Amino acid sequence: MAIETKRLLTTSKAISEGIAQEMERDPSVFVMGEDIGTYGGIFGATEGLLAKFGPDRVMDTPISETAFIGAAVGAAISGMRPIAELMFVDFFGVCMDQIYNHMAKIHYESGGNVKVPMVVTTAIGGGYGDGAQHSQTLYGMFAHLPGMKIVVPSTPYDAKGLMIAAIRDDNPVVYMFHKGIMGLGWMTPNPRATAHVPEEPYTIPIGKADVKREGRDLTIVTVSLMVHRALDAADDLATEGIEAEVLDLRSLVPLDREAIIASVMKTHRILVVDEDYRSFGMSGEVITTVIEGAFDHLDAPPVRLAYPDVPIPYSRPLEDFCLPSRDKIAAAARQLMGR
Amino acid sequence: MPDNKTLRDMHYEMIRIRLFEETIQKVYFEGKTPAFDIAAGTVPGEMHLSAGQEPVAVGVAAHLRPSDAVTATHRPHHIALAHGMDIRKLAAEIFGKETGLGHGKGGHMHLFDPATNFGCSGIIAEGMPTAVGHALAFKKQGKDDIAVSFFGEGAANQGAFHESLNLAALWQLGVVFVCEDNAWAISVPKDKATAIANNSDRAAAYGIPGVLVPDNDPIAIYEAAGEAVSRARRGGGPSLIEVKTDRLFGHFEGDAQAYRTKEELALLQERDAIRAFERRLIESADLTASDAQNAWTRARAEVDEAIDFARSSPYPEPSAALQHVFA
Repeated sequence: MAIETKRLLTTSKAISEGIAQEMERDPSVFVMGEDIGTYGGIFGATEGLLAKFGPDRVMDTPISETAFIGAAVGAAISGMRPIAELMFVDFFGVCMDQIYNHMAKIHYESGGNVKVPMVVTTAIGGGYGDGAQHSQTLYGMFAHLPGMKIVVPSTPYDAKGLMIAAIRDDNPVVYMFHKGIMGLGWMTPNPRATAHVPEEPYTIPIGKADVKREGRDLTIVTVSLMVHRALDAADDLATEGIEAEVLDLRSLVPLDREAIIASVMKTHRILVVDEDYRSFGMSGEVITTVIEGAFDHLDAPPVRLAYPDVPIPYSRPLEDFCLPSRDKIAAAARQLMGR
Repeated sequence: MPDNKTLRDMHYEMIRIRLFEETIQKVYFEGKTPAFDIAAGTVPGEMHLSAGQEPVAVGVAAHLRPSDAVTATHRPHHIALAHGMDIRKLAAEIFGKETGLGHGKGGHMHLFDPATNFGCSGIIAEGMPTAVGHALAFKKQGKDDIAVSFFGEGAANQGAFHESLNLAALWQLGVVFVCEDNAWAISVPKDKATAIANNSDRAAAYGIPGVLVPDNDPIAIYEAAGEAVSRARRGGGPSLIEVKTDRLFGHFEGDAQAYRTKEELALLQERDAIRAFERRLIESADLTASDAQNAWTRARAEVDEAIDFARSSPYPEPSAALQHVFA
């Protein structure tokens, strides 16, 4: 009997492999950003690209996010497919005008005549003591603004397929990778951040959620690193006889509302786990989707476990107090189940 | 020195722009009197007209081809027309009509035209990074097309100005940065906002040529732009040009301009660049008086036709507001 050996990759390597395969396929694809060349990206998303493609297609930039993200917009309009890395999403403040007033609006303002096919990659998330300006997720804020697709992968497999789909998309895509899913050697190990990734290029459609674990008793809707936390919590809950379904949205724009409603119609209970700020964000949008589309199917009021509406504190006990965790998710699930 | 045909074309183009702006001004106040209501009338919203700044647009655009990218500002009509944008589509967009450039979704500050690779931004200095990107694309594609970024003197104090000049210089991209110094950032004069007299001096900070054109003179602008455009086209990198130009109207229509003296406004009328240019061409026998008159008549007809087209065009279906968010 042949033993099947599966190729394992970290999420960061899966992302850089996806970019590399698209760069091989399409000469209009190029990458720019801070420390994305020799360094390979602070979170490894562009590792190995400089050696493979050279400095004309893998361009380290000055610390000028407005200039290089704006340059990506111009290059995209003139026929290229740029990928621009915003090192931390928290840095959006120095370049949001290019992202939101330009990248996201030009197609609309032009009445559909001008396309802006580009990807902004950016690192999100906390849990490692980096403080208020380097730990936010902010996907809810980006998703609130029309005109850009918002991709938030959780696994190596999804990360590669969604990256290839993002590059091929004719719209601007903000591709937000959580530092805690990348499989970096210098972060607390996350066993799910290394997994089988097929070598050949493939795409995952942007806007399709994925059931990461099937269950009958409640639906946990989440994204990114919290998918991993939710799966851990679901293991714990299973030992108590609670079978949680974990729905990974994978993208917030477009939002797979059908998948949310379908899962809730099956389980009749919903818990949203959100590492983003609690108010006016993803958790509210998901729950509203359920209220509008499956209200009569609910056996209990929806529950959300989100980041409280405070800036991210530095000190470990303070940050841990705020972040959703395996135990907090399990506790919220029990509450939802009336246990 | 531009040849005779170019001189005559520039003359005609400046007149066409002036008549367009004056006509839009009239149209803009339809339905807005006696009490000014910005939302009322044929054309709602803010309206930033470019009368007086025509020399900058035509002097630069005379060197461009439609595939060259141009980014402009909240005051974009002169640049758009000089670069060859369809005047009817421009007028219709200003009227918010279905036949407009963006089917009424952009409006006068947000004009995007693939036919002339034209774009603009209503945000000060934020059209500049896009121009850098167009030039970057052309370099990667092996084309000798260039990008021109127009901006006002107020924009030179924005971060985007400095980031864009540095990046274009660093990567030796074919960008011509054109500063239209009309002396006023809305109501704030240049000397109250900018630590130095001439933004062209700032080119030195990026190791690129900086040229000051001290007069609102289309020929001087043509010559300065010619050098910068050919440098950019042959791969010689970016340049910065600053032109001392005149804003004949208010910042936007409805601006009472209490911050400017009557004397200043009268002086601007007196030194109107179009009339001065016309006199000069007649004196140099590049144009006869009757040629000049014909140009005004022809331009009048072209503008009127465009305005009629815009006026008679249908509005978009209201629900079309939901289209074109995504490709």
